[in-house]
Amino acid sequence: MSAGATTPAAPMATRIWERFTPQQRMGRFATYLVVVAAIVWSFRQIEIIPEFLYDAPQQSWDLFQRMWPIDWAYYPKGVHDALIETFHIATLGTLLALILGFPIALMAAKNITKSTTLNWIAQFLLVASRSVNSLIWALLFVAIFGPGAIAGVLAIGFRSIGFVGKLLAEAFEEARPGPIEALTSTGAPPLSILSKGYWPQVEPSFWSVALFRWDINIRESAILGLVGAGGIGVALDSALNNLYWDQVGLILLVIFAIVIVTEFVTSYVRGKII
Amino acid sequence: MSTAAPAATSTREAFLPNWPRRFAFIALALYCLYAMSTLDITWDRFVRGLDQGAKFLDRLWPPNFAPDKLSLMSEGLLESVQIAILATAVGIVISIPIGLMSARNLVPVWVSWIGRVIIAIARSFHPMIVAILFVKAVGFGALAGILALIVSSIGFIAKLFAEAIEEMNMKQVEAVRATGASWLNVLFMGVIPQVVARFVGFSAYQLDSNLRNSTMVGIVGGGGIGATLFTAYQRFDYDFVMTILLAIIAIIMVSELLSSWLRKVFQ
Repeated sequence: MSAGATTPAAPMATRIWERFTPQQRMGRFATYLVVVAAIVWSFRQIEIIPEFLYDAPQQSWDLFQRMWPIDWAYYPKGVHDALIETFHIATLGTLLALILGFPIALMAAKNITKSTTLNWIAQFLLVASRSVNSLIWALLFVAIFGPGAIAGVLAIGFRSIGFVGKLLAEAFEEARPGPIEALTSTGAPPLSILSKGYWPQVEPSFWSVALFRWDINIRESAILGLVGAGGIGVALDSALNNLYWDQVGLILLVIFAIVIVTEFVTSYVRGKII
Repeated sequence: MSTAAPAATSTREAFLPNWPRRFAFIALALYCLYAMSTLDITWDRFVRGLDQGAKFLDRLWPPNFAPDKLSLMSEGLLESVQIAILATAVGIVISIPIGLMSARNLVPVWVSWIGRVIIAIARSFHPMIVAILFVKAVGFGALAGILALIVSSIGFIAKLFAEAIEEMNMKQVEAVRATGASWLNVLFMGVIPQVVARFVGFSAYQLDSNLRNSTMVGIVGGGGIGATLFTAYQRFDYDFVMTILLAIIAIIMVSELLSSWLRKVFQ
């Protein structure tokens, strides 16, 4: 829009330069109107108790005072194992999502699966997986498998299928058709076309998607414990319920640390393999 | 995948076995077995869970559409939508200066570091954890949820905004600067027109993401449908849980459609 989309009116003499077509202008105007209306509506409807805001700084200060000094002694007792569990949940969940997401991605890619019905089914599965928050997935799996890490792994896995599958399907669709046609013309069976034609082309994006999702999953698996799905969130939840704010402070610091470490690891590995 | 069996007929192997890669896969498989054993994930438990899952699904279906439940649900859902809209709006407004501050091609390096640190802090915690802290600071209710989602919106929008500015074409900026324009004029004539389409794009994405999270912050007391959902879940009111889940999925799909339309308008 910067350079200016121009609409030359027909006769040269009365040519008027405009940045947008009337249609574009209408679209923008309607959008502004809707946005403003939505904000005004939300602001007037929402229940906010202003008295709560007045003592917010005081309450926050109180919160930090309760967290300090941090209860370091609690780390070996209650946090270390939970932290390792969080790591396992995120990693296993990511692997599960890769295993389950791969066939769905194949089914969703229009250049691999020629049937529109199958494409739609796959798209529906991917959207359904993405629309449900990982905490809700965790609630469902806790109801099925009981509290514990297994529910966390499945929740992380099922939430990630949509993400992994969508990006992989896009990678498959972007694959150059040249090598595929060359392989097809030699009479290669479909599996060989997949492993020697498509796979080398999508492999970099496969690993980068895997890393990206693993990074997100470490963050997400840290909170699954709030609904009983294992990991460091369980320790956080019990510390919160017991009002042991010094332990809460410790757990928050540990989560912060692991998020930073994960960021460094993923950016290092990304630089290595891509 | 890439290590399929080599053709036996030819003397020259087209695809040599990649041993380091095979070892890596074996190591990964061993890790999985180890991790599953420490997490107490066993086949037996899985099978028992499937049994339980069938019962669970049976209780989820059919969803409960009783009028009193529906009015309870619509109240929560509306609040979630309002939380998402307000958090996104305020988040965008705050993200603009922070994003500008972090773009290294517009401001001195030391200023960009301040912006970057703010973004890093905003990004480091999951919205749910931020919501817990805000519930303590401002009490139960929608305000805590809004504040938590504002923080995560800043982390996302400001980061991508700064990246968009750093990737833009500096020639236009220099051209505007060469006319003797003030800093603000450079901003409005040289910078904003180049990044506005992408800015709208990731703001719309953040609205989606805030909507997803606003259905969740209620679990820790941040207002919205999450509280209703969690209460229904804890009361084993599973058919109502199903109704809420369907409504959440529907709302998120609608918002995805809306945001893709928004992106088209501002392309």
